[in-house]
Amino acid sequence: MIQSELLLQAKEVSKYFYEPEKFKVLNNISFDIHKGEFVTMVGKSGSGKSTLLYLLSTMDTDYEGNIILDGENLTLKTKEQLAAIRNEKIGFVFQFHYLLPEFSSLKNVMIPALKLGKYAKEEIESRAYSILEKLDLKDQALKPASKLSGGQQQRVAIARALINDPKIIMGDEPTGNLDSKNAAIVFDLFKHLTTEFNQTVLAVTHDNDFAKASDRIIEMADGIIL
Amino acid sequence: MKNYKHNINSEIAFIHLISKKKQTMVAALGVTVGIAIFIFMNSLMYGFEVYSVESLFKSTPHLRIYKEEHISQPLIKTSKTDLALLTNPKITKESKKLINPNLIIEALKKQPEVIGVTPNVSVNVFYNNGEAQVTGRTSGVNIEEQNTMFQLEQYIVEGKYSDLKANQNGIILGVGIAEKLNVRLADNISVTTAYGVSKVMKVVALLKTGVTNTDKTLSYTNISAAQQLNKQGASFITDIYVNINDYETAKKLIPKFKQLSGYEVEDWETANTSAAAANKIRKMMAMAISFSIMLVAAFGIYNILNMTIMEKLNDIAILKAIGFSGKDVIRIFVKEAIVIGLIGIAFGLVLAILLVKVMGNMWVGGDIGFFPIRFFPKFFGLGIGFGLIVTTLAGYIPARKAAKLDPITIFRK
Repeated sequence: MIQSELLLQAKEVSKYFYEPEKFKVLNNISFDIHKGEFVTMVGKSGSGKSTLLYLLSTMDTDYEGNIILDGENLTLKTKEQLAAIRNEKIGFVFQFHYLLPEFSSLKNVMIPALKLGKYAKEEIESRAYSILEKLDLKDQALKPASKLSGGQQQRVAIARALINDPKIIMGDEPTGNLDSKNAAIVFDLFKHLTTEFNQTVLAVTHDNDFAKASDRIIEMADGIIL
Repeated sequence: MKNYKHNINSEIAFIHLISKKKQTMVAALGVTVGIAIFIFMNSLMYGFEVYSVESLFKSTPHLRIYKEEHISQPLIKTSKTDLALLTNPKITKESKKLINPNLIIEALKKQPEVIGVTPNVSVNVFYNNGEAQVTGRTSGVNIEEQNTMFQLEQYIVEGKYSDLKANQNGIILGVGIAEKLNVRLADNISVTTAYGVSKVMKVVALLKTGVTNTDKTLSYTNISAAQQLNKQGASFITDIYVNINDYETAKKLIPKFKQLSGYEVEDWETANTSAAAANKIRKMMAMAISFSIMLVAAFGIYNILNMTIMEKLNDIAILKAIGFSGKDVIRIFVKEAIVIGLIGIAFGLVLAILLVKVMGNMWVGGDIGFFPIRFFPKFFGLGIGFGLIVTTLAGYIPARKAAKLDPITIFRK
């Protein structure tokens, strides 16, 4: 593999769950992800892979160790700064399509960009349209998010993750809740992003086909990387 | 890099509000009811308080200046070594007279807090018509000044108060006296006093204050007639009535007026101890009730807004996941709360106006007439202020709680 730029680093990351009793769910985990890599994390349920992903995505701040994204140590940031980092550098796709139900698909995609404020509103709108078009969702753009099918909603969520040109896209079982046809669409999409646009992707998955097609598989069990 | 400021927080707040119109309206209605009842109950309590104080001031001034009656002192002082001296102390008759009342009146009129001053000659009398005799008290007054200070005109049921000026021997009788003596307008009655004076006087007007005791005893005559009844000359004045701009401050002004006049000063509360005490109790009750209403209304408003925000917990987690900070979340929900508050307050004010109007048109009869409720702008102001503070807090507190959570903590629930 070509030695490329380091993007995400976990340094001796540990985490405890306190309920029902104190339990070390992640045990001194360290690994690197380079720019342009398509990495999947696999492991049995309870192995800590999703927990680790939430830490890496800054959505959970209760851990020991250090996480470094794009040269910045996330562990030292305040919650406000982390929110700004999530907004600008991380695109996250959940297992269940977490969209804002009252807004149109287009608006859902636009909201992170409106928050970032890098472009004018018209430009954001045309960018959102072009992303939705790539994902074959242009017809659904003005429908309320709640009126879309599961597969469509998941693609809107991916479009939302892409809108700010993030450094990394993270997915928590992004195909876990989809039928095989939709799962294939989403999978191809991720693959396409990494090969064509050098996008970095880190996804947690149960889907072996999905994992096998990625550049690298991180396998976890009982809070450690195998 | 951040060149554009899109007002995305406001937009989200707005969409939340209009996409759940029903919920927004229910929340606003909670505020409406709270505000309306708060204003209405306060107007009710305060209206009654004002009414009772006003009925007190129909014949009582805010402050009364008079000379304390003195017991006559023996000319020779007794000491322990001398023989015992028998004396017969009496109330001196001269002692009721204020010396140089006009000077005092002029000085009082110059005080900034004084809005009305009028001299008064008070005398206890018997009203006679044939065999019938009623005891009472007549007040010799300058009828114009008396009218401006006590709104006498409002309580005249027959005749005209100004006719007293035209008739030196005229008398304005309380309706209770007129009824007992069986006299009507333009009838003559004879008025006698303990000083042996008897005067025939003509009834020029009938007075009904609504305070039964006053109506059964009080009459008004000209000052000169009252002086004659007292068997005194033209400079005889027993009391000076003073009204001030704020009757609540009457007690504080006593030392000042005492020094100014050199005589005793009595405030309305001392003169009507039981009425003033009842007033105080009413006031405390009003405050307690107003406070309880405020508490209940605040709790209701808080509850309904808290519920609205808790329902949006998932949205909050999504917003945070895509890069909205805790501060943004707070801003969004405080904005929503304020809009709900403003809608609620607007309807609340309208509802309060309606309630006060309907209540004010209710006839209770008796001395009261219509229900003594009125519009007090201060309660409307208080209602607006209270509503805004409560809705803002009711948006802020749960939003802050939600904003503190990591998004994952919310998703895991």
